[in-house]
Amino acid sequence: MPPAKNFMDIQKIRKDFPILQIKINGKKLVYLDNAATSQKPKIVIDGIKDYYEHYNANVHRSVHKLGEQATAAYETAHKKVADFINADFEEVIFTKSTTESLNLLAYSLGNEIKENDEIVITQMEHHSNFVPWQQLAIRKKARLRVIEIDQNGLLNENSIIRNITKKAKIVAMSHISNVLGTLNDVEKIGRTVKEKSNAYFIVDAAQSVPHMKADVKKLNCDFMAFSGHKLLGPTGIGVLYGKNEILEKMEPFLYGGEMIKEVTFKNSKWNSLPWKFEAGTPNIAQGIGLGIAIDYLNHIGMENITHHGNELVKYAMKRLSEIKEIEIYGPDAEKRSGLVSFNVKGVHAHDTAQILDSEGIAVRAGHHCAMPLHSVLGIAASARASFYLYNCKEEIDKLASGVEKVIKVFK
Amino acid sequence: MSQESLDSDYAGDGIYRENIIDHYKHPHNHGLIEHAHIKRTENNPFCGDAVTFTINIEKDKIKEVKFMGNGCAISQAAASILTDEIKNKNLAEVKNISMEDIVNMLGIEIGPVRTKCAVLGMVAIKEGIKEFEGKERNKHDKK
Repeated sequence: MPPAKNFMDIQKIRKDFPILQIKINGKKLVYLDNAATSQKPKIVIDGIKDYYEHYNANVHRSVHKLGEQATAAYETAHKKVADFINADFEEVIFTKSTTESLNLLAYSLGNEIKENDEIVITQMEHHSNFVPWQQLAIRKKARLRVIEIDQNGLLNENSIIRNITKKAKIVAMSHISNVLGTLNDVEKIGRTVKEKSNAYFIVDAAQSVPHMKADVKKLNCDFMAFSGHKLLGPTGIGVLYGKNEILEKMEPFLYGGEMIKEVTFKNSKWNSLPWKFEAGTPNIAQGIGLGIAIDYLNHIGMENITHHGNELVKYAMKRLSEIKEIEIYGPDAEKRSGLVSFNVKGVHAHDTAQILDSEGIAVRAGHHCAMPLHSVLGIAASARASFYLYNCKEEIDKLASGVEKVIKVFK
Repeated sequence: MSQESLDSDYAGDGIYRENIIDHYKHPHNHGLIEHAHIKRTENNPFCGDAVTFTINIEKDKIKEVKFMGNGCAISQAAASILTDEIKNKNLAEVKNISMEDIVNMLGIEIGPVRTKCAVLGMVAIKEGIKEFEGKERNKHDKK
């Protein structure tokens, strides 16, 4: 099938992001750290300001006008997120981050884990989808099984089959690796999980939801977690999707506030979904901001964003692999999304990032919260360039020139 | 800070001056002394920087020092410069070396993110001396 025509006017899109106008070290900002956090369009920034200036109030509590307006906006944001991932309203819980969403699961589902049960993750997980399960396994004397990657940075097929057994109670994996960029075939693995076990299948979609249509029904997952700030929304807002019938049975993670239905001196009852899992005053402005970010993404079109992202990755892989001093981690462009991690041979990633910064180019350097993966790769750190809808090929050319400068400095 | 130009005061070519790159590529006093009085490794798991210092002491003075390590240019250059700096110095003097001294030795400005890299060697030396003095005290007490 020929690729969809790219209808995105990048220069027009760039004007929507105030920060892209600033200069770093006298040079135009080239922001290539989108896997850490994306920049925010003016419409999102203004939307948050509008809430605080015109209808700031707590949600679900106050009968006054402002309270009603805030509640309506906050609930509408849930609805927008639900539609965005093809879930029902009751299935979308707002948290503060992907990390909190995953910890919520490790805590609430953790109640069901017994000695010798198995929890399955992969070598390419971010610490946020690694440590909660590792610690749960330690706490419950369960077994943590880790699916291996192959030399190309793809999940090893045999390892998937071998590690998912009928003893598995939880299988958790990233949709896209935040280091390798690998796009995992979650749909297929989800089927394997259901065929071979009764395990809950959890997808860490922090890196995928910004870049592609993530339909929870298609992905065969029971839970999916992602963050608002990586898809043009503010920080402090994350999402946990869960299947209605499972969420109904699950114990709450935090108590108090909106998650309460009734409290007596003897016991308490929980509110209906999704509020059962949203204790305390939520991040109202951030939730509303996320809703506006999703409107913006829908306006541009997720298919266009996916196509543009793939084009950028392909071009970045081509430009960077032309430089012989560079080592790139992860699979070919066709099997990855959104980012390229690399090292300049003989140069520490921090030195690379610092020299790029002197050219106004922002990349991330370090272990990207994936220490176990870096140990598998046999490196201490890597530099990572990650792209989003406002990036263009000229910026990748600048990245390539920046890397040439790194090589020159260290020659 | 102006909207138009958000200059970070530590970035730029300045940090990779010739002397830094030179020390990084050709570290002074590189290697390990066998059976040294002091052997101390420090690492910074966050970056993957690591240094091991071996030191021989004579009459409360640094008689001989060698280091090995790997990591970023800043961490390795700072360690190399330190080996020159501490040789033949009294332990008391070496223990007083500060972050500011390191910055002066490097001759560059160090931003908050890279501070840990710059001081890694200093921490290894100071911790090594502390261990050595502790052992010496124990020996003394036993006598």
